[in-house]
Amino acid sequence: MTHRGFHPSLRLLHWLMAFLLLSMLFIGVGMVSTAGPLYAILLAVHRPIGLALLLLALLRLAIRLRTGAPEQDQSLPRRVRCAAGLSHIFLYALMFALPLLGWAMLSAGGYPVVIAKGYLLPSILTHDLAAFAWLRSAHGLLALLFFALILGHIGAALVHALIRRDNVMRSMGFARSSPRAAPAPDDGELRAEAGEGTAEAPIPEDDAGSGADPAAR
Amino acid sequence: MQVPKPLPLGSAITIAAVLLFLLAAFAWAAGWIGARRIDGAAVLSALEYNGGVHEGYRRAHAKGLCFRGSFTANGEGTALSRAFALRKGVYPVTGRFSLAGGNPLAADGRNVFRSMALVLRADSGEEWRMAMDHTPIFPVRDVASFVALQRASKPDPATGKPNPAVMKAFLAAHPEVKTFQDFMAKNVLPDSFASSTFYSINAFRFHDAQGNETMVRWQFEPEAILKGLDKAALPQMPRDFLFREIIDRVNDAPVTWQLKLVVANAGDVTDDATRAWKGPHHVVSAGTLQIDEIASEADGGCRDLNFDPAILPDGVGLSDDPLLAARSKAYSSSFIRRAGEKPGRGAFDAHLGARSVP
Repeated sequence: MTHRGFHPSLRLLHWLMAFLLLSMLFIGVGMVSTAGPLYAILLAVHRPIGLALLLLALLRLAIRLRTGAPEQDQSLPRRVRCAAGLSHIFLYALMFALPLLGWAMLSAGGYPVVIAKGYLLPSILTHDLAAFAWLRSAHGLLALLFFALILGHIGAALVHALIRRDNVMRSMGFARSSPRAAPAPDDGELRAEAGEGTAEAPIPEDDAGSGADPAAR
Repeated sequence: MQVPKPLPLGSAITIAAVLLFLLAAFAWAAGWIGARRIDGAAVLSALEYNGGVHEGYRRAHAKGLCFRGSFTANGEGTALSRAFALRKGVYPVTGRFSLAGGNPLAADGRNVFRSMALVLRADSGEEWRMAMDHTPIFPVRDVASFVALQRASKPDPATGKPNPAVMKAFLAAHPEVKTFQDFMAKNVLPDSFASSTFYSINAFRFHDAQGNETMVRWQFEPEAILKGLDKAALPQMPRDFLFREIIDRVNDAPVTWQLKLVVANAGDVTDDATRAWKGPHHVVSAGTLQIDEIASEADGGCRDLNFDPAILPDGVGLSDDPLLAARSKAYSSSFIRRAGEKPGRGAFDAHLGARSVP
């Protein structure tokens, strides 16, 4: 597998989930903030999006474990590389933890886990108010932590893109720019294993390593 | 690699701006900055301001007990909604009788809401939760008025009544509350939960199997004959007379109500619970609620439930009534708060021989 960039399906999932996750965090704090009519509307969309995000996270983890990730930039300090690695583990963990906590919380609260009218998930915990209270707090606190981590993630990505001007942002992007070569035409250079769907992005060429990616040359 | 360059100021500012923008947008969405919103906590603090803090109990309708029974649908209601509970059949019911107010040990001798909350269950796991009062109308239209009412009607410890000057100013701004007060003053105060009609308060959207929409308010009409209480004698009544009465009555024989679905006429308001629907209406009799057993809060399976009237089955949806979201939110906040507290002992736990009295 290449280490020049993420698998195209991971790039697509990254941006789709980025949009959904951020929306979800805004919806979440928004619905907590009001007893107005918006509350009912936000609550109604919170659960189906939450379930969708859980399923997408499962798919993403499976693909990620099979296709790997680009190597870290060894010119970065060890501390920074360590923090980057850990932050990604936390991001993945929260992608699973938040929807599962929401599901468990509703179960413990004795609520029907209604995803959409007439579509229910089974309860995954016994009805227990103390557990409900604990899970409800955890759901809220971890959501805030998730937002903080995402801000850090965006900040770090922008530092790579705008200040270090390295290939980190490109490894998750769809552009086919290269620091040395002029942009190539958009078709004809797709790697064989990337030929699915509409989002195949060729792996950008770069100047950083041993690049075993003949199709991109 | 490139030669190290000085920090590009423009890029640094761009990054800071992006992060600050996201943070500010998040803070705004959360209501931490910008115009003040009424959230669940604001409703709870208004209720606690009015009725005192009673940890471990519902912040409203704190005094109550549980019951079990069934709803037998005759199938007629399917003309209005495809909801499971209206299809011909028998559905198990858990419920709760309660009186308005935040004090779980308050005296029953008050001219306040008698309430019945229900959860109807389908085999599929679908539920229909209802929280109903014995009045067809509610005192206020929306959450802001509800909070204002709680604040204005706080009983003065000296007189036990709201401060007249505060209340007068509030009523001047909220004539709809006067309508409700007049209703409570003139109308019969039922002598039993069993003889009370319980109303959905809000209108709901019903959808039939073809997707046709109807606006409906519903009510459970009692089989028991309604007798009024002497309102002047209320303060002299035994503290728990109303609850003792229903315990004894159900111990004797099951108690029943008929579910009546009232279809809105063209001119009826469906987004304002302070306004009654007047005149003749098309009414569908949908089935019979029977209560077989009264149980303590601790054992009856109702204490740890949130009777959120927005938990609805397929075929029933929220109307545009802003009070529905407000009730849903306030109940949810109250539920979250008391879940974190040790559950309070129900007024009748000992009397009903609760096994798990905390």
